[in-house]
Amino acid sequence: MSAIEILGLAKSYTVGFWQKRKKCALRPLHLSVEEGEIFGFLGPNGAGKTTTLKLLMGLVFPSEGSARILGMEINDPRMKAQIGFLPEQPYFYDYLTANELLEYYAQLSGMVARERRSKVSEVLERVGLEGAARTQLRKFSKGMLQRVGIAQAILHDPKVLFLDEPMSGLDPIGRREVRDLMEELKRRGKTVFFSTHILSDAESLCDRVAIIHLGELRGVGAVADLTSNVEGKAEIVWHGSTIPASVKALMSEYHLSGDSVRAIVREANQDAAIDGLRQAGIRIISITPVRTSLEEYFVRKLKPSETAAGVRS
Amino acid sequence: MSARILHIAANTFREAVRDRVLLNLIAFALLMSGAAILVGQISIGIERLVVVNLGLTAVSLFGVVIAIFIGIGLVSKEIEKRTLYTVLSRPVGRWEFIVGKFFGLAGTLLVNTLFMGVGVFAALLYVSRHFVWADVWILVALYFIVLQFLMITAIALLFSSFSSPLLSAVFAFSLFVIGSFAEDLRGFAAMAHGAGRFLVTGAAYLVPNFSSLNIITSVAHQQPVMGEYIVSNSLYALLYTGMALCGAVLIFETRNLK
Repeated sequence: MSAIEILGLAKSYTVGFWQKRKKCALRPLHLSVEEGEIFGFLGPNGAGKTTTLKLLMGLVFPSEGSARILGMEINDPRMKAQIGFLPEQPYFYDYLTANELLEYYAQLSGMVARERRSKVSEVLERVGLEGAARTQLRKFSKGMLQRVGIAQAILHDPKVLFLDEPMSGLDPIGRREVRDLMEELKRRGKTVFFSTHILSDAESLCDRVAIIHLGELRGVGAVADLTSNVEGKAEIVWHGSTIPASVKALMSEYHLSGDSVRAIVREANQDAAIDGLRQAGIRIISITPVRTSLEEYFVRKLKPSETAAGVRS
Repeated sequence: MSARILHIAANTFREAVRDRVLLNLIAFALLMSGAAILVGQISIGIERLVVVNLGLTAVSLFGVVIAIFIGIGLVSKEIEKRTLYTVLSRPVGRWEFIVGKFFGLAGTLLVNTLFMGVGVFAALLYVSRHFVWADVWILVALYFIVLQFLMITAIALLFSSFSSPLLSAVFAFSLFVIGSFAEDLRGFAAMAHGAGRFLVTGAAYLVPNFSSLNIITSVAHQQPVMGEYIVSNSLYALLYTGMALCGAVLIFETRNLK
């Protein structure tokens, strides 16, 4: 069973003084996320990531389409007991302590008193805030608030987590800890759906990603598939600065750096280039297929509409 | 009542208290102490009247200001700061959120009124040195003031469920002022003629009738309050509060939290 099924979910708003102009925030979106996956929802700022998450959380209502989480409709209270949500740049009740806030959320999630206390201490320790449990949230830094946000999202041990820009506001150590947490959640069989515009996070964490831009889904698939060897080229690195003439003819480009040469050759010429280097007695350091980075794929997927938008304007 | 409503109400009460809402009690205590001393010195024979009038009017005004200015922020502040998102992504209905918020602020106002009521009685004791049987009607006046607070809180919540905080404050305060003259409005409506009469009568009965809940002057003159009057006013206030709260829930249930 899919953990998340998005069936043509779309959202448009009316804007302007007379509310007559229509602004499309999300075009009909079809997406499915399997149980136990870490799924990255990528897109630049204003792409429609937060709108999608708000639709799934029932904070805004869809103009068309529907969605199911764990097989239940998005307005089903039983479903909400099994999900955790971290909004973008979370902000909480200023005058509560971290402990009180989590107690409150635990109460709203229907946890019993005995379970609440132990779970609150456990998650505060998990996000590294055990020392600040009795500090009022108005004294927290942005990074600490983000940690509290993560704590409240995992507090009731949900099956599916929705995290909107979870690394935002965190220092490198904090980001590393969130990555570790997400991997731990995956190991425990949880499904994690997170939005980000930081591609390195998605590349290192996600099983699959979807790219959204201007409210439209541009691509979806496994990171390995999206970054596969679509170039049909290989990079050969060897020691020294010598480039045999027979090999030079096969190279499409090369770079000299320090005491090594990096050359790009077409896959069809790869064996001939290796033979040429061996015959010249050159020590080969590595041969790597040239893969498209997620960043390149992302940029390529964003381009068509920008061109189209330019034409329209 | 669902447990979630109680938790939301308790959290609203706790936040209001920590946000120093009850600090107004200090201002009230200073006002009442000052008034009692001053009245004791300058009034001859009407100390009780002045203290009860001044005290109950202050209780009413302090509470109305709190009800409006906190009431309008109860929903909009949560949307603006996005604290609502982590609440509504849990198994909490939007109606439970609104009702919980209402009870939280109503509880804050009730505690506030209790303390201020004690202040009024203390000032009364200071100027007259003893209580009389008719002072029990002060309790009824305080009860009516609490009913007004319930109505205003529900009205503030209703406006804040669809409007900006500033507009909500203007609407709620305007309605409070108009409602304080509701009996006069109804009198004017009765004198109107033609088709306009239905419109004016409808409008006069639509606005909350705060004037019938204001018995400060009669209580200050030690006039008794009839039982039927207490019952009918209670029913009216609770019905009006319920309707305003239902309106707030209905609007909020369909609102997009952008």
